[in-house]
Amino acid sequence: MSNARSSIAVTFQSVSRHYGAVKAVDNVSFEILDGEFFAMLGPSGSGKTTCLRLIAGFEHPTSGSISVHGRSMVGVPPYDRDVNTVFQDYALFPHMTVAENVAYGLMIKKVPGAERKRRAEEALEMVALAGFGNRKPSQLSGGQRQRVALARALVNRPSVLLLDEPLGALDLKLREQMQVELKAIQRQVGITFIYVTHDQGEALSMSDRIAVFNQGRIEQMAPPSELYERPKTAFVAGFVGVSNLLNGDFAARLTGESGACSIRPEKIHVEPAGNGVPRSHADRAMSTAGTVKSVLYLGAGSRYEVALANGGDLTVMLQNRDSSYLPNQGESVLLWWNAKDLMRFQG
Amino acid sequence: MASLTETIRTPSSLGRLSTYLYTRPRLLLLLLLVPPLLWLGIIYLGSLFSLLLQSFFQLDDFTGQVVMKPTIGNYLRLFSATNLSIILRTAGMAAVVTVISAMIAFPLAYYMARYADKRMKALFYVAVMLPLWSNYLVRVYAWKLILAKEGAIHWIFNQLGLGGFLDWILSLPVIEGSSLSTSYLGTMITFVYIWLPYMILPVQAALERVPRSLVEASSDLGAKPGETFRKVILPLAIPGVAAGSIFTFSLTLGDYIIPQLIGSSRPFIGQAVYQFQGTSGDIPMAAAFAMVPIAIMAVYLAIAKRLGAFDAL
Repeated sequence: MSNARSSIAVTFQSVSRHYGAVKAVDNVSFEILDGEFFAMLGPSGSGKTTCLRLIAGFEHPTSGSISVHGRSMVGVPPYDRDVNTVFQDYALFPHMTVAENVAYGLMIKKVPGAERKRRAEEALEMVALAGFGNRKPSQLSGGQRQRVALARALVNRPSVLLLDEPLGALDLKLREQMQVELKAIQRQVGITFIYVTHDQGEALSMSDRIAVFNQGRIEQMAPPSELYERPKTAFVAGFVGVSNLLNGDFAARLTGESGACSIRPEKIHVEPAGNGVPRSHADRAMSTAGTVKSVLYLGAGSRYEVALANGGDLTVMLQNRDSSYLPNQGESVLLWWNAKDLMRFQG
Repeated sequence: MASLTETIRTPSSLGRLSTYLYTRPRLLLLLLLVPPLLWLGIIYLGSLFSLLLQSFFQLDDFTGQVVMKPTIGNYLRLFSATNLSIILRTAGMAAVVTVISAMIAFPLAYYMARYADKRMKALFYVAVMLPLWSNYLVRVYAWKLILAKEGAIHWIFNQLGLGGFLDWILSLPVIEGSSLSTSYLGTMITFVYIWLPYMILPVQAALERVPRSLVEASSDLGAKPGETFRKVILPLAIPGVAAGSIFTFSLTLGDYIIPQLIGSSRPFIGQAVYQFQGTSGDIPMAAAFAMVPIAIMAVYLAIAKRLGAFDAL
């Protein structure tokens, strides 16, 4: 029983945070497991950062309660919480060296000088910045500052690490590299990572579970593949990856059933007009005819906007393979997909 | 098509000039910099240089004429007991005024930078700047009245039954005076009042530049508010305090009106300069005296730099 309790790192119980009439976080309940890489994904203003700040203790819930490893956080200031944060702007102390920055938490806890130095060096080594201790933050690149911020938080061995869009300011290549490293570091230290991002690609590639936030509420909480393959709401389908949202008459004409649903662009197959749906799929497929309106070349693949014969558009993604049929603009085509790939929403 | 070529072919002379300058950014920079550089070079540095030059001449006591023969006699005279006491008195006053100003300004600036909302901040800005809009002499005379034996402060102390306490303070060594307006304490109060805005504004600007996330990061890493203040906020505000102290310190060093109107009537550097060039017509000695605040400021800045006051800039 005690084992089960300790395996939960963070609990939100009907937590709300209101600023006047604005409900930044609106009656949210969820649990984050110990050792999990948990992402909070959503557009700006969806409440994900507020949730992070509530865990860190910079904000306090208007109602509801938060506990970290079974300990209630009501009235507990940030400096008494066993969590550390990697800030979006890194928040490195400009008047201290890198080593002093990393050792700051240990200095505050009055860890003896020798141990402090050793642990700070270890932490810098872990983020591949050994030997940078004597520099000032202003002498580092954005990616290096990001690593220092990570080392400064991890050196305290918190039970939960909070990351507030830590890769947001980095360029694409560096971001992808840091995603791999962050994931590796998380496995190495085994600490719960709570990761706030608006980048669905980042969330999908790193997380064990993702909570999708929208307007202060959680739309869906699931592992990445489930979130992508089985979005519960139209918002999730639209925010995580690209989707063709089908509504009302349009949905009814295409699927034969009313009720909103969606289909991923890469799940749609394209055949030259006049061909039929391949016989092997015919009994489980839906199809429609259309004309290619535009082609967007994206390198590995191309994105097609297809105007359907009976109204409406569909977006289709095709891999640019030599063997595939790749229609040109203006060409008439047949679109088909497996019925199981159609994602139906609840409510 | 025709109209397009036409518009390109007939630019105005002003347009031609701006194109000419646009393609020669160095020339533009030169044109922009020449007037201020002339001003700075000739009027500012030139007059300082002539001051320096003058200080090495000497006044002929018999003829009353300036003898243009280089000598360091004036500088040696600065170290006479009378002149040295003037210098020490002025530097001491400047130091005390600076420390007191910083102590009063810091909490105000801290509130303005970190807590005040937009309206409150605007209100404080106006409150801080408002005294600067009125005449300096008027304000000094106002303080002379406030600090006088019959003035408001003495009256309040007497009404509160604290008249004896005030008299005791005024009887202390160094401060010694029959009333606030005739003691060093009165001089200091007036100086602090007059120069305080010059301390508040840079400190406030420095505190405002400390991102909130740094304060949050410190507290996130386990530091209690007091520790965060000492380890993060204060070190980052020091350049602002240093900038403010340069104002309060140098302005006090150079002022000759306040010590003349309020205080013990013992002379400050500014009064000595005034007297040498005015009453006794000893321009070279006045020039030598005028070099003293410059020398003190140079030493002051060197010490501040050595102590790392500008490291966080």
